[in-house]
Amino acid sequence: MSDIIVLKRGLDVPVKGCADLRVSKSMNPATVAVQPGCIKGLLPRLLVKEGDRVLCGSPVIADKKNPDILLTAPVSGTVKEIVRGEKRKLLAVLIEADEKQEFAEFKPGDVRSALLSSGLWPVLVQRPYGIMADPAVTPKGIFVSAFNTAPLAADTEFTLGQQVAFIQKGIDALAQIAPVHVSLDASVKDSAFAKLKGCTLHRFQGKHPAGNVGVQISHISPIRKGETVWTLPLHGLAAIGKLFATGRYDVRRLVAVCGPAAIEPSYVETVPGTPVSCFAPFYGNTPELDRFVSGNLLSGSNVGADGYLGWADDQFTIIHEGTEEELLGWIRPIRWNRFSTDRSYFSWLMPWRKYDMDTNLHGGPRPFLMNDGYYAKVLPMDIYPVFLAKACIAGDIDKMERFGIYEVLPEDLATCEFVDPSKIYIQDCIAKGIDLMLKEMA
Amino acid sequence: MNKIFEKGGKLYWLHSSVDAFETFLHVPGTVTLKGSHVRDAIDLKRLLILVVIAAAPAALFGMWNVGYQHGLAMGQTGVHILEYFWFGFLKVLPLYIVSYGVGLAIEFASSQIRNEEVSEGYLVSGFFIPLIVPVDIPLWMLALAVAFAVILGKEIFGGTGMNIWNPALLARAFLFFSYPNYMSGSECWIAFKKGETAVADAFTGATPLALGGAPAQYGTGFWDLFIGTVPGSVGETSVIAILLGAALLLWTGIASWKIMCGSVAGALLVGWIGQAAGITDIPCYMQLLYGGFAFGTVFMATDPVTSCQTECGKWIFGLLVGMLCVMVRLFNPGYAEGMMLAILLCNTFAPLIDHCVVSAHISRRERKLKAA
Repeated sequence: MSDIIVLKRGLDVPVKGCADLRVSKSMNPATVAVQPGCIKGLLPRLLVKEGDRVLCGSPVIADKKNPDILLTAPVSGTVKEIVRGEKRKLLAVLIEADEKQEFAEFKPGDVRSALLSSGLWPVLVQRPYGIMADPAVTPKGIFVSAFNTAPLAADTEFTLGQQVAFIQKGIDALAQIAPVHVSLDASVKDSAFAKLKGCTLHRFQGKHPAGNVGVQISHISPIRKGETVWTLPLHGLAAIGKLFATGRYDVRRLVAVCGPAAIEPSYVETVPGTPVSCFAPFYGNTPELDRFVSGNLLSGSNVGADGYLGWADDQFTIIHEGTEEELLGWIRPIRWNRFSTDRSYFSWLMPWRKYDMDTNLHGGPRPFLMNDGYYAKVLPMDIYPVFLAKACIAGDIDKMERFGIYEVLPEDLATCEFVDPSKIYIQDCIAKGIDLMLKEMA
Repeated sequence: MNKIFEKGGKLYWLHSSVDAFETFLHVPGTVTLKGSHVRDAIDLKRLLILVVIAAAPAALFGMWNVGYQHGLAMGQTGVHILEYFWFGFLKVLPLYIVSYGVGLAIEFASSQIRNEEVSEGYLVSGFFIPLIVPVDIPLWMLALAVAFAVILGKEIFGGTGMNIWNPALLARAFLFFSYPNYMSGSECWIAFKKGETAVADAFTGATPLALGGAPAQYGTGFWDLFIGTVPGSVGETSVIAILLGAALLLWTGIASWKIMCGSVAGALLVGWIGQAAGITDIPCYMQLLYGGFAFGTVFMATDPVTSCQTECGKWIFGLLVGMLCVMVRLFNPGYAEGMMLAILLCNTFAPLIDHCVVSAHISRRERKLKAA
């Protein structure tokens, strides 16, 4: 067992609405969406048409560049609708689910081909750039974070603690491709995942983003230019294990339904692509006042009331839109209901308190004014966040490389964006920088 | 906001100004568009108003001191504390009106030209400028200096956050080089009414440093300097009032303790060397009390925009400010006040210091990665 890696910098956003550790519902949504947009780097080619019958695990979408990479149906049923957006961009394939699920059977053989044919391949994300992994590449390592530190994130001990056997299978399979590294939360005693074998276990302790796999990689084995690593979420590892154990594509998972606007936040069992309307019991009758986030509040995506749960997400957050104006807001000495890391407010007096946050920006956009240290205190990585963000804004690839663009994804700088008094969309800057790198490096 | 102020509306040219007043009164109902869905309640308005609050003790004391120094110069005794204050207040008020009037007008106009919201940066610069100029400065000069500092020091670089030099010090530097008669000598630091002249021997003299450099300081003792009952720019005399502000800035983390400590250490070091080498016989700790050192260290050098970004760079920046300030005092009696020039010079070099620190960090990291 390796030593504990203690990360001193970071920030746990104290937001209300943590999901109770109970499964309140096992959902069987009538319609499920397969969304190619959830997978960065995938150019979708449609393999089905409306009315086609699919089994759970049947291919629905293939990648144009690499036709071996498939997206498969998470449920069995009939293709109900192909949803397209502007310029006929493929947004989603809606599948009307059967009452009784039928599974396509896979014969686990070679790991890569099994993952490709089952549609589990896209669960592997390549770093740098955070795009879908390339099957032709062998990475220097495969990294999995066995815990989440994001606000209100699903407790993996609860959601996947029972599936250690599957996770072990998944590790055994992936270890044939590259060494697997699993990071554990050092603050959890008797973690269910501490028994995993065939991988290197690392222990981390610290505030968010200590649970982000990117932060962990930078402390375990930083990515140099030219190197690639793969990452996947823990529930992805369990799904891979299930594939090799049962021969089935099964991505059903426990999802934390949480957030300050969620009614009785708790866990549900469902599949990715579940429509937001299925979560109606959690948000009441005024969906227009709420924002629905697939993922966590810092880096999840706003899917809207008619959206779907994302492919890789095990968290669904509901939060009130903060469209109300606040009279004499910033000038009041005390704003009891607002959280701030800054000492000019008094949140530091009550570190235990959780806040009913909304999506208000709390200010207007300004240029960077505070210096790098203000942001670096919530980023446990060996990089200069402001320098990196400015290099991305300037589109200076050389500088982006020097400042460590290979090691980060936007989500890793989410805490910096949260604390930013200049209200800059730092994650968006980084994402644009990565897109530019992808374009220039292609 | 009313539609006529929106794009395409008749009064669109007032958009930035209306928006500034609106957001001054209330936090707007703007929601996050992408990235993090929740945000910290802190914004620049809050951060910068704290700097103003931190400087308030120095400003209030300064107003009283203006009256007190006038009283001393005129040989008046037994005047009530509030009378002194009122005299100073009436002297300083026009400076504030000019400083904010001219500065904000330019700021609002350029925000509108750039199609941006009005930034709060000038809230602080405008508060500092009257504190670091002679109280009797003609108002047209002040207006000119403010316009110079805001336009050439800030707006042409892209506004608050983009500037290289501290705008308040730039205004002072403009006055210093353009109108040296008003910025040096023994009488400019004391306020007079029209037609008044000082009663000879009734007062101890100009700001200690203005009388041909530091050695002229002999007459003023430690406690006079520490409390601030000496002539000087409005805000710079009272070290104790400045320390109150420093405590607030350090507690809230707006100002960097590294810069402050570096600056003090640098000044002590050069002051000590100067004393040891026999260049001066002023004890090195007195250098911390003279002139604008304390005000510059606490409020000017720590400006997050124009100082160094990196933690290591902050130490270097602070040390350089302190060392240069005392060096100018020791070796160049012509420029009595070294602090302004030291900070402006270090502002110029701050990006270079950062560049070196970051480059060193990157190559160190690369070596580490290669070894791994």
